[in-house]
Amino acid sequence: MGRAKYVDDITLPDMWFGATVRSTIPRGRITSISFDPAIPWNEYTIVSAADIPGENCIVHLTKDHPCLAVTHVNHAEEPILLLAHPNRSVLPAAVAAVHITYEELPAIYTIEDSEKKVQVIWGEGESANTFKTYLMQKDQKPIPDEIWQTADYIVEGEYRTGAQEQLYIENNGVIAEYSETEGVKVQGSMQCPFYLVHALELVFNLPAEKCRVIQTETGGAFGGKEDFPSVIGSHAALLAMKSGHPVKLCYDRAEDMASTTKRHPSRTRHRTAVSKDGKLLAGEIDFAIDGGAYATLSPVVLSRGTIHAPGPYHWPYLTVRAKAVATNIPPHGAFRGFGAPQSIFALERHMDKIAKVVGLTPEELRRRNFLGTGDHTATGQLLKDPVDMQHLLTRALEESDYHAKREQFDRENPSNTVKRGIGFATFFHGAGFTGSGERRLNSLVEIELTEHGQPRLLVSSTEFGQGTNTILCQVAAQTLRLPYDRILIAQPDTRHVPNSGPTVASRTAMVVGKLVERAAQSLCDTLIHSGHLTPGYTPEDFRQAALLYLVDHGSLKSEARYESPGDIFWDDENYSGEAYPAYAWAVYVAEVAVDATTYSASVTNFYALQEVGKVLHPILAAGQIEGGVAQGIGYALYEKCVWNNGHLANNQMTNYIMPTSADVPHIHVSFEEIPSPHGAFGAKGIGELPMDGPAPAILNAIEDATDIVFTEIPLLPEDIFECMTRIPETGSESLDPAVAGPIFSEAAA
Amino acid sequence: MTTKLTINGRAQTIEAPPMKRLLDVLREDLQLTGAKEGCGEGECGSCSVLMNGDLVNSCLVPILQAEGAQITTIEGIAIDEKLHPIQQCFLENGGAQCGICTPGMILATHHLLEKHTEPTLLQIQEGLSGNLCRCTGYTRIFNAVRAAALAGAAE
Repeated sequence: MGRAKYVDDITLPDMWFGATVRSTIPRGRITSISFDPAIPWNEYTIVSAADIPGENCIVHLTKDHPCLAVTHVNHAEEPILLLAHPNRSVLPAAVAAVHITYEELPAIYTIEDSEKKVQVIWGEGESANTFKTYLMQKDQKPIPDEIWQTADYIVEGEYRTGAQEQLYIENNGVIAEYSETEGVKVQGSMQCPFYLVHALELVFNLPAEKCRVIQTETGGAFGGKEDFPSVIGSHAALLAMKSGHPVKLCYDRAEDMASTTKRHPSRTRHRTAVSKDGKLLAGEIDFAIDGGAYATLSPVVLSRGTIHAPGPYHWPYLTVRAKAVATNIPPHGAFRGFGAPQSIFALERHMDKIAKVVGLTPEELRRRNFLGTGDHTATGQLLKDPVDMQHLLTRALEESDYHAKREQFDRENPSNTVKRGIGFATFFHGAGFTGSGERRLNSLVEIELTEHGQPRLLVSSTEFGQGTNTILCQVAAQTLRLPYDRILIAQPDTRHVPNSGPTVASRTAMVVGKLVERAAQSLCDTLIHSGHLTPGYTPEDFRQAALLYLVDHGSLKSEARYESPGDIFWDDENYSGEAYPAYAWAVYVAEVAVDATTYSASVTNFYALQEVGKVLHPILAAGQIEGGVAQGIGYALYEKCVWNNGHLANNQMTNYIMPTSADVPHIHVSFEEIPSPHGAFGAKGIGELPMDGPAPAILNAIEDATDIVFTEIPLLPEDIFECMTRIPETGSESLDPAVAGPIFSEAAA
Repeated sequence: MTTKLTINGRAQTIEAPPMKRLLDVLREDLQLTGAKEGCGEGECGSCSVLMNGDLVNSCLVPILQAEGAQITTIEGIAIDEKLHPIQQCFLENGGAQCGICTPGMILATHHLLEKHTEPTLLQIQEGLSGNLCRCTGYTRIFNAVRAAALAGAAE
């Protein structure tokens, strides 16, 4: 500890330092660029778009995102020029000495402004300001009009979530090198080395084998180092090529927060037909996310948000209309949960509202609508593996002593200024890439013998604190029946490791883990077939057999490639089929205290119960859940991106507040274990799940405490203040059906 | 400007501008890269070091203020190249995930356990509240600190 080398700890001989000149306005045409003569520019390397040997484009899913802006800028902090110099400390003054003038164009900052299409900042015609749309209908059927006409209740609601910064403690950073013969080499902090290879191929017009990417120790990522390293990696490599030196480009906190991707803000509108006994009859969900200025990964973020929008409930009829829209905000990107926390927040708040309208408890309403084994999800996926949300809910409410606490708080709140409440959310999270994603990834894993006869894993999966290396080595060790410390894992270096896919989407333990299991089994089988190893071997037998095999054959490498289970089918056109190979199921319960004097809300106790298949490593698994819950608490109560003309105004840890050790409650983590056939040793994905549940559970608890309906996160004291001190009629709504009529609609209330 | 100070028990003479940050002196002049820059404004605690026994953010200390000071960095915590008991407790309890905040956390824990050999949860929470961790949700860090206290790690 203290010895691990993160990218900023690495120094190469003759290394220079890079910096980025960025737009100061959100949208406009560049009219001039001038360089202050006070700076000795001959000491600097200056890169503009004209220096790009290939395409001026950062490629993810579409080619809309310039590597460096040329004539126009579409968001504040958009990169225009790059500088490099041997002395790091002179760079900030040099960046400030590049003067760029613009002809400003009107900018748009909200989903609503984008929808108006008065200003079209991206695409044209049907796709004006729209990166992607989906229409997801249960059984590909529209909702019959008569459902709306005959339903006992129609419940409507609108819910919003804000942008959220990943706030990994290590900022984005890379070191790039370039040589005519070897091509480009970039090492740095990242999740997906092969994404950067792909980006470099295009920017440098080089074949993949001349674009080498190495992941260094990575100080947190959470999605924030999934797509963004393609930008900073390409920039550093351009500077290295032009300067002839290795170039380190590491952002400081202010630059990282202002210019890199965040979680997509969202707006979800629900319209739900419900029977008087609390059965969901039909749901219409309009789900919109703000993608910022370029598409990045918005289409796939939208996809996951769309599929998770109906939650773990049975819908006879369901229509989800989803869209990702463009605004002049710096592009939003991947963040743990990837669209699901947004749509699940909306649904789980809405379920509590429906319960109130119908006159059922939040618990009873959910119990009457849960999906179970043998049911079909909204995409028509048959739930073959056992699902028992009823039991999960019973257990979570028991463990949290929910009923007794609810009664106690109801009794005590009237005479206390600190109002206490308890609420919960029930949800699922699909593990692995959405739909046909895993089939397209076609991931490959290898395992080889070192010259000392030790197995070494070759994967592109990256460790950034979540325990990838531990879990994958553990799977190999268990398969080979060797002690854990006998297994080596190679550094993710695209020259040496195969593409086992990106380290995202809660897929590593489940999908890559399964491949490791298969590759390790194949290695073992080869040694046994060679006659050097007999079943029932000891670790020492294994080593001897490996060495003998190497004498005979020189080397041994086994591989396993992803094979789609035969019964998994996904229809991208109709958005139906097996959306994910497996789902994790969870019930999260939050206890809150809202101070009616200071208007601050805090989480005082938290219970996270989940079914994630087999838990491979109890300490790491619980650590994932606790960390995700803490981020979820931040998402709900602390972390607010304040935008000012398209600039992030609070791009500092001083005024963008994440939970400290004094802000987190006791987080009680428990697991139900139902082994899944899809993952290594029965594991399912776990990493993103804990991001989904906290925010709705907390806001449900705050409503329980205050009787005030909050529909938006983040919910800071000033937001609570505004609602609590507002004239009552807007702060609370009449939910009595006798008043609202047989058909309840918020619009009419 | 010349500054004389003691770092991890070794006398050092530093030639640097007076306002150069102690963090940069450690990382650039002495290649002690265990202290990390997370925010550069004293919020995250990744650059924590002990200065004359106090826990400080080295990004906020100009080198001129460190004249004659006793500085301990994470590199000075490990004993004879072996993990310090606090480090061992972090490792065993899952108190470190990505590891970037860990050097600062270890120093903060060291400082806390010197003040309170048997800290309460509240004292642990307060003692570490200047050190941000984005991975763990802190729970396992609290466990690690408790384990270190039980092991008598302050000595």
